[in-house]
Amino acid sequence: MTGILLYLVFFLIVTLIYSIVVMGLNLQWGYTGLFNAGVVAFYAIGAYGTAVLMGPDRSTLIGGFGLPFPIALIGGMAAAGLGALIVGLAALRLRDDYLAIATFGIAISVQLVALNFEGLTGGAQGLIGLPRPLFSMFDSPNGFNLFYLGFVACMAALVYLALQTALGSPWGRLLKAVREDETAAASLGKNPAMVRLQAFVLGCTLMGLAGGLYVGFIGFVSPLDFLPILTFQIWAMLIVGGSGNTKGAFVGAFAVWGLWSVSGMAVSKLLPVQFQSQGGAIQTMLIGLLIVLTLLFRPRGLIGESETISRHAN
Amino acid sequence: MLFQVLADGILTGSIIALGAIGLTLTMSVLRFPNFAHAELITFGAYIALAVLGLTGAFMGPLAPLSFGLPLILATVVAMAATAVLALLIDRLVYRKLRARSKKMTVVFGSFGVSLLVRMSILLVFGGAATYYSTALQRAIRVGGLFRVMPDQVFTLGLTIIIVVGLHLFLKFTRLGLAMRAYAENPQLVGIYGYDSERVLRWTWIIGAALAALAGVLYGLTVQIRPEIGFHLLLPLFAAAIMGGVGNVHGAVLGGLIVGLAESLSIYLIPPGYKMAVPFLLLLLILYLRPTGLFGSAKGAVR
Amino acid sequence: MSMPLLTASDLVGGYRPGLPILHGAGIQVSAGEFVALIGPNGAGKSTLMKAIAGIVPIWSGQVELAGRVVTNTPPHRLAEAELAFVPQTNNVFTSLTIDENLRLGAAALSRGQAGQALARSYEAFPDLTRFRNVPARALSGGQRQMLAVARALLTSPKLLMLDEPSAGLSPLMVSDVFSRLKALVHDGVAILMVEQNVKAAFSVADRAYVLTEGRNRLDGTPEHLSAMDEIVELYLGGGGRKH
Repeated sequence: MTGILLYLVFFLIVTLIYSIVVMGLNLQWGYTGLFNAGVVAFYAIGAYGTAVLMGPDRSTLIGGFGLPFPIALIGGMAAAGLGALIVGLAALRLRDDYLAIATFGIAISVQLVALNFEGLTGGAQGLIGLPRPLFSMFDSPNGFNLFYLGFVACMAALVYLALQTALGSPWGRLLKAVREDETAAASLGKNPAMVRLQAFVLGCTLMGLAGGLYVGFIGFVSPLDFLPILTFQIWAMLIVGGSGNTKGAFVGAFAVWGLWSVSGMAVSKLLPVQFQSQGGAIQTMLIGLLIVLTLLFRPRGLIGESETISRHAN
Repeated sequence: MLFQVLADGILTGSIIALGAIGLTLTMSVLRFPNFAHAELITFGAYIALAVLGLTGAFMGPLAPLSFGLPLILATVVAMAATAVLALLIDRLVYRKLRARSKKMTVVFGSFGVSLLVRMSILLVFGGAATYYSTALQRAIRVGGLFRVMPDQVFTLGLTIIIVVGLHLFLKFTRLGLAMRAYAENPQLVGIYGYDSERVLRWTWIIGAALAALAGVLYGLTVQIRPEIGFHLLLPLFAAAIMGGVGNVHGAVLGGLIVGLAESLSIYLIPPGYKMAVPFLLLLLILYLRPTGLFGSAKGAVR
Repeated sequence: MSMPLLTASDLVGGYRPGLPILHGAGIQVSAGEFVALIGPNGAGKSTLMKAIAGIVPIWSGQVELAGRVVTNTPPHRLAEAELAFVPQTNNVFTSLTIDENLRLGAAALSRGQAGQALARSYEAFPDLTRFRNVPARALSGGQRQMLAVARALLTSPKLLMLDEPSAGLSPLMVSDVFSRLKALVHDGVAILMVEQNVKAAFSVADRAYVLTEGRNRLDGTPEHLSAMDEIVELYLGGGGRKH
């Protein structure tokens, strides 16, 4: 395989992992109208949770349970869901905007724990040398990467199908009812706060799943993989794909992660060394601009919009 | 030691309070939590730095403070420039998003705006920490219990003056009454014969000017970095919600509580976690008294 | 009849584009006249009033006030044009005190004028003086209605529009409010009032309009309308629907 193909495999794996995060966020924002400003926190909890549960025993660290990957993955998801429950219970009873503030807060706090709680997270260095699932079965890392691409694709498809089923079920219609008219939903005897909490926790659990999958792929975790910008990248993916449109998650993740990677390469190739950090700022500005402009001019998303227009034309 | 920690907490708290007043006003009048509010703080701090760079320190400091007339002038310019920026953002982005049926769209937009502002500052001024003045200040010893810098005393005094002034403004001027009224029922303000656009405009101007002032004072007593606002965002929200959204006095007390809690936290948790303290306070308040410590009415400015 | 103070003609409008509530309704009020607007629920009475007040957008048609075209003028500009409007609910700021409500209501006046207007207001509504530093949320329904009317009168409007001033009030309060309104008309203020209580409205109004489905159905003096079978049946207790 040539270098470009290798990179493509890597790129696709990350894209698919992010698309799972986007699907989780879409459940919250697109279908339930919940604003999660701390996507990165739940992704990170899932990643660290998985890492701690499956990591080898090390004298300096808490954890190192050496559990099999699937079980560690489920543990990571549960941890992310638990975090969501704590924040959701506090914020969801009240005004919508409190959830935005509380999730922003958990994002900062999780980052602090990742950096400072060295006994659990390995601090700034992170946890390295984690076992990767079935890695020893392959002759080369490239073989493993191809296998993992297939695995992640299956997981993403599974999440997609499960979400489609859930959204088509009475529960999905309840979500819509709560979003459209909370009082009407309440008068049907359904507790809107409970429904919103379910959607929020489920969405965050999916983010945790994605985090765990990421750890299984690269075999280490470090705080550098969970910077606040990730939340905005995921949001950009969501609105590019069109919120309330699960298929758009894949397109959005592909487009935004592609844009980010290409602009990153351009920055590192074109800009002199002393301007590299400014290059990073320009990349981040592109994300901000993408968010603001899409909200202003294509509120249904870059892809969702054309679909709606064609539906009207019929 | 304890007295020093308390004094530091009150001083940090007074800066948080200044920022939180602006946030609580805009949050209740404009009806959304503006995540870009914190970037207005950073913007103000840097505009003052730029103006100071242009004019130079043409006069010496007003002893015992570390700064003189030039910084005061620069602050006034920064407050005006920040108000203009806030009005511009409102005109270009928020106005259109506020009309959307999905209420949180404008919150989402404010995140996008905050990225743009913060990164623009980083591009123009670079990421390194700077100061308005590198001159050393002599600390004041208070009864052998703790030491404070004259600039810190100035900050505290200014905060008190602004809180009193704002209280009188909201109680006795027509604009102040209209702002409180708008927070309760925007449509009725026009029916009462008051131009509601004017209320929105002045809410942005006052909120932004206070944010800029908080930025300069932070720069004066701590340092100037592009992340000032980002790091203050959570303390500001915690203070505003703790005080009851729209409650100016509550925001001040909330700010002081957050500041004190941050500095007292060193007795309980490692200093690395200090930034998480506002979040823990926020969770606590949301669980125990979600309308704020002082029982604010829904969205009312008081 | 003198030159009409308010002429609204062929108004089409509503809250949401494509969903008109007004389908060509029109109305005329002369200076010093007391006009009632009646009709079944959902007829667009309140909407017509809000459209004239600049709150509901007008898509076509015209509103003329004292010879000036004021279609779609923002409400605060109409206050300057000597029109005052009292909505049916949420018509005072409950978090503000009585005095603060009145001071804000007088904001369009100069400081000297405002002081005089406030003094006049307290004189006309002595009840309000007692509670001047109490937040309006502590007032009873009737007192709130008084405050709302007092506020609307601060700017000495030529036309006062009231949306169901009797809603939620006891019969005693209703007759008190209506006699005050009657006195205002006596002093030369024109009143346009939406009212569900047709009997009460007919007892004070000079003229009434009957609105159905966003269109004018009938108009005339109370005597004239009371003689019509349709009105008797629907609104005056002839066995029809009662609101």
